[in-house]
Amino acid sequence: MCVVCGCSQTQRNRVPAPAHPSRPQGQASPERLLAQAATAASDDAAAPETGPRIDPLSGDLDYGAGAARVSVPGLSQVRAIKLEHDILGANDRIAAQNRAHFAAHGVLALNLVSSPGSGKTTLLCATIEALRRRHPALPVAVIEGDQQTAFDAERIRATGAPAIQINTGKGCHLDAPMVAAAFAQLHKHSHEQGHAHVHEHGHDHGHQHEHGVKHSHAHAHGHEHTAPSLLFIENVGNLVCPALWDLGERAKVAILSVTEGEDKPLKYPDMFAAARLMILNKIDLLPHVQFDVARCIELARRVNPGIEVLQVSASTGAGLDDWLHWLEHELGHDHGHSHDHGAGHAHASEQALRVRVAQLEAELAQLRQTAAAPG
Amino acid sequence: MHEASLAGGVLQLVDDCAQREGFARVLELRLEVGQLAGVDVAALRFALDCIAPGTRLEGARIELVETPGQAWCLGCSTRVPIAQRGDPCPACSSYLLEPTGGMELRVLDLQVSDD
Repeated sequence: MCVVCGCSQTQRNRVPAPAHPSRPQGQASPERLLAQAATAASDDAAAPETGPRIDPLSGDLDYGAGAARVSVPGLSQVRAIKLEHDILGANDRIAAQNRAHFAAHGVLALNLVSSPGSGKTTLLCATIEALRRRHPALPVAVIEGDQQTAFDAERIRATGAPAIQINTGKGCHLDAPMVAAAFAQLHKHSHEQGHAHVHEHGHDHGHQHEHGVKHSHAHAHGHEHTAPSLLFIENVGNLVCPALWDLGERAKVAILSVTEGEDKPLKYPDMFAAARLMILNKIDLLPHVQFDVARCIELARRVNPGIEVLQVSASTGAGLDDWLHWLEHELGHDHGHSHDHGAGHAHASEQALRVRVAQLEAELAQLRQTAAAPG
Repeated sequence: MHEASLAGGVLQLVDDCAQREGFARVLELRLEVGQLAGVDVAALRFALDCIAPGTRLEGARIELVETPGQAWCLGCSTRVPIAQRGDPCPACSSYLLEPTGGMELRVLDLQVSDD
C-alpha cells in the first residue's frame, strides 16, 4: 500500500502500473500521469497495513498479517525488464548440484534443524556411536553449522567421525554454497588422512557450472565410489531461517526437545512443514516437564500432515533404535518414498500416502486449469 | 532475519541483470512474495531499504506483490485459500491440506534507467 495516497495496487498485475494519482514532487511525465489515472480506478482502498496486526483482546502483535506495501515515488523515465527469477534461485542451483553430487557419491545427506539447545549434537554423537556398533564399515561424516566456535565439530571429532565446522558469523542459516565447500573439505581431509578411495575424479568439484546447463553429474562421474555413506548437516540452531534454504539434502529432520513446549510446530510452521521427520528428543525428561506428546504430534501434522515422528532420548538411548532403523531404511532405498517400518509408524505412512495423493490431485487440477485457460 | 540474505539475493539478481542489459540504476522493482513463502514482508522491505544505498537499487520504488496462500484440501477435493500453514480448510475444517500456491519468492520485473 502507498503511504502517499493510501492506494493499493491489485495483486495480479503483470504489467507494471504506476500507483500514485497525486505525486508530491511533480516528477511524473504526462504519459505516466495518464496511465496513473487509468489504473487508479482499479486500485482498491484497503485499510492501513504497514504495522503489525494487533489483537484487540490480548494486545498481541502479529507482524505476519499486514501486506506492508509502501511505495516511494519513482522517476518518470522507464525501460521495463521482465525478470521472473526466483530470489533463492542461485542457492537452489547449487543445492541441485550438491544433491547430484551426493547421489553420485552414494551419500545420504540429512539436514538437521532445530532451535538452539534441542540436543542435536548430543543426538549425533549417540547416533554415530550406535551406528559404529551396528555398521562398523559405514562412513559417517558431519558438517556443523554455528555462528561461532568449533565446539560442536570437536565433540563430533571426539567420536572418531570426520567433521567440518562452518562458522556463519552473523549468518542465521547454512546455504548450499557453504555445504558444497564443506563437503569438498571433508573429501579432501579424508583423502589426506589416507582413506583409500578408489575413484578417479574426472569431474570438476569446483561447481562453477553456470545456470542453464543441464547437469548430468551422476553420469559424468566415472568412479566406483557408491558404497553408501551418511552425512549429517547440523544447521545453525534456529527454527525460522534454515527452513527456506535447500542444501541438497535428502530430507530435513526437525529436532524438538520436550523442554521446549509442545506448540512449537504451530509457532514455527515453515520449519515443520519443510521437515520430513520430527524427532522428539529428551523424552527421559517427560516426567519432569509439562509436555503433551500427543498434542505436539497433532500440531505438527496440522502444518505437515505427512510428517513422521520419532521419540528419542539421546542421553538414555531410549528410542534410538527407531531412529537408527529410520536411517537404515533411508540408506537402503535411494529413492524417496513413504515409509512403513515398525509399529507406530503406520499412521504416518498412511498420512504420507494421503498427502501424496493430494499432491497429485493438486497437480492434476493445476494442469487441467492450464489446459482450459484460453490462449 | 533471513530477509537480509534474501535482499542480498535480490540485489544479486539485479546486478546480474544489469550486466546483461546494461542499465545504470533501477527506478522500480516488483517482487512477488507468496503468503506461505516463509518471508516477513515488512522485514524484507526493511532489508532492501538497508542495502539499497550505493547500489543500483538506491532510490528505487520497491513494490512487494503478495500472492495468496492456496492449498488442496483432501477433505473437499478442491482448492481452498489459506492464510498461513497450520490453518484448517475454511470449508470442512480438515488439516489435511497440501499447499499449492503462495510459495513464490521472485523478482517479477524492473524499470530501469541508463543514466
